[in-house]
Amino acid sequence: MGISIDEVKKIAHLAKLELPEKVAQTYTEELSKILDYFASLKEVDTDNVQPTFHPFTWDTPMREDEVKPFEDIQAILANAPELLENMIVVPKVVKAP
Amino acid sequence: MEFEPVIGLEVHVQLKTKSKLFCSCSTKFGAPPNSQICPICTGQPGVLPVLNKEAIHYALKLALAVGAKVNRLSIMARKHYFYPDLPKNYQISQYELPIAEGGAIEIEVNGSTKLINLTRIHLEEDAGKLVHDEKKPYSYVDFNRTGIPLLEIVSKPEIHSPEEAVAYLKTLRSIVRYLGICDGNMEEGSLRCDANVSVRPKGSSSLGVKVELKNMNSFKHVERALAFEIKRQTALLLEGKTPVQETRLYDEATQTTHPMRGKEEAHDYCYFPDPDLIEVRVSEDWIEKIREELPELPSAKKARFIKEYGLSSYEAGILVEEKPLADFFEDTVRLYAKPKAVANFILTEVLRYLNRDNISIEQTQLKPEFLAELLSLVDDGTISITIAKQQVFPEVYEKGLPPKRVVEERGLKQESSEELLRKLCEEVIKENPSEVEKYRSGKKGVLGFFVGQVMKKTGGKANPKLVNQILTELLEG
Repeated sequence: MGISIDEVKKIAHLAKLELPEKVAQTYTEELSKILDYFASLKEVDTDNVQPTFHPFTWDTPMREDEVKPFEDIQAILANAPELLENMIVVPKVVKAP
Repeated sequence: MEFEPVIGLEVHVQLKTKSKLFCSCSTKFGAPPNSQICPICTGQPGVLPVLNKEAIHYALKLALAVGAKVNRLSIMARKHYFYPDLPKNYQISQYELPIAEGGAIEIEVNGSTKLINLTRIHLEEDAGKLVHDEKKPYSYVDFNRTGIPLLEIVSKPEIHSPEEAVAYLKTLRSIVRYLGICDGNMEEGSLRCDANVSVRPKGSSSLGVKVELKNMNSFKHVERALAFEIKRQTALLLEGKTPVQETRLYDEATQTTHPMRGKEEAHDYCYFPDPDLIEVRVSEDWIEKIREELPELPSAKKARFIKEYGLSSYEAGILVEEKPLADFFEDTVRLYAKPKAVANFILTEVLRYLNRDNISIEQTQLKPEFLAELLSLVDDGTISITIAKQQVFPEVYEKGLPPKRVVEERGLKQESSEELLRKLCEEVIKENPSEVEKYRSGKKGVLGFFVGQVMKKTGGKANPKLVNQILTELLEG
């Protein structure tokens, strides 16, 4: 099996997803099939092959350092359930002490 | 048993680009909340980040300045974690193949120099700012800082005292300011520092359990936090206990460190190459062009000041800390060729005013020609050094007036007329018969009193050398 149910639960936890036991079971089976399929790549000898980080080989497009203010900030802020002085209100994040 | 601390520093340097790392939003400090945001830095679906060329340029400048190896091909990666200050739920950073690796920073502590090697320098985007409500169970998010370019500079664990850590930070700050890539303001957060600290028996080569320290917002905080942490860990080891591997926050109010609670215990950032950003390639031409543009760095400048101007290591060290001050010194020496006198005046008078007002030289109205003129006026006897320091310089500094004009307008020209001074000396002697008695009975120290009286009559303008001479002559005679 490509992945254990505990690993699936851990990833769900890291991704802040709630998975009912049954769903976790389903995902474990489905993900395992996918991972097993990809595992066949391990059979290829890649000792002298550079990793491919990206399928494209052209240079990274870069922009000049120029300020262009975005016009419709209100549309972005409209996604927030609540604002205070234009700041987005979220449940308190406790950072000790 | 003797113990030795082992410290590695992770410094975040906020780059002074005009726009953010992957979008064209302004990076200006202090703007109203969420006024410098766009779909890219707030992580809206379907947007594409485009790399800011200047940020790479700045990263290369630092890499070359500290002798790091530039990776001609580097990779932007996603670092995943959930926190309200991170709208995409991943931070674009670098993991495999950072922009540069290796390099070193030379520090000086108690007169001896030491090389601190670097592990890597990588480019990443900053997160947003959180404001916590004191009373209500809410936090407030401002995304203006989200996406501002940062360079993270990771040192090897080769620092062995809080003093060395501060020297390292100050040197690094000086370098990034010389390069003009960061304003280095720790209080405003444009230079931030985390520390990995462990303690081990002296002479041991293995590393102890390390603690990560955060929340140190000034050089003082860094020094105090490290000193406290070293003491705490040493005490634990002496009791036969082992420190716990954890993240601790420095609390300036108590000058102690506390464990940081509520952090995700299962850390797993699941780094992977960001599919939105193609490999970053840096051409040899670009690197060469930057190498040619590199300014003279603080350590080289210091060595040159000692050799060329005959300054002490201490004098040169202070003058080169800030480039504008070093430039001011050299520009003044070009006009007035007595480097020692110029250095002296800058280190005492000029710095006293700059420290009082907490500003740097280029924020004042001082000009090299003013300082050169002021020192020349002392040399040719027009004014005394005391008048220069106490009366002329403050005017020049506050109002940006040429010293000659201040001397003329305020009538500060030194009184060197022997006739007038002799008359005043005679007056003073006549007015203080009992002091004359004292002098003549052997208390030669009373001479200072007479000089003071003459100074008083001339508003401090009498030529002290001449007054001394006349008084001695009159009193002895």
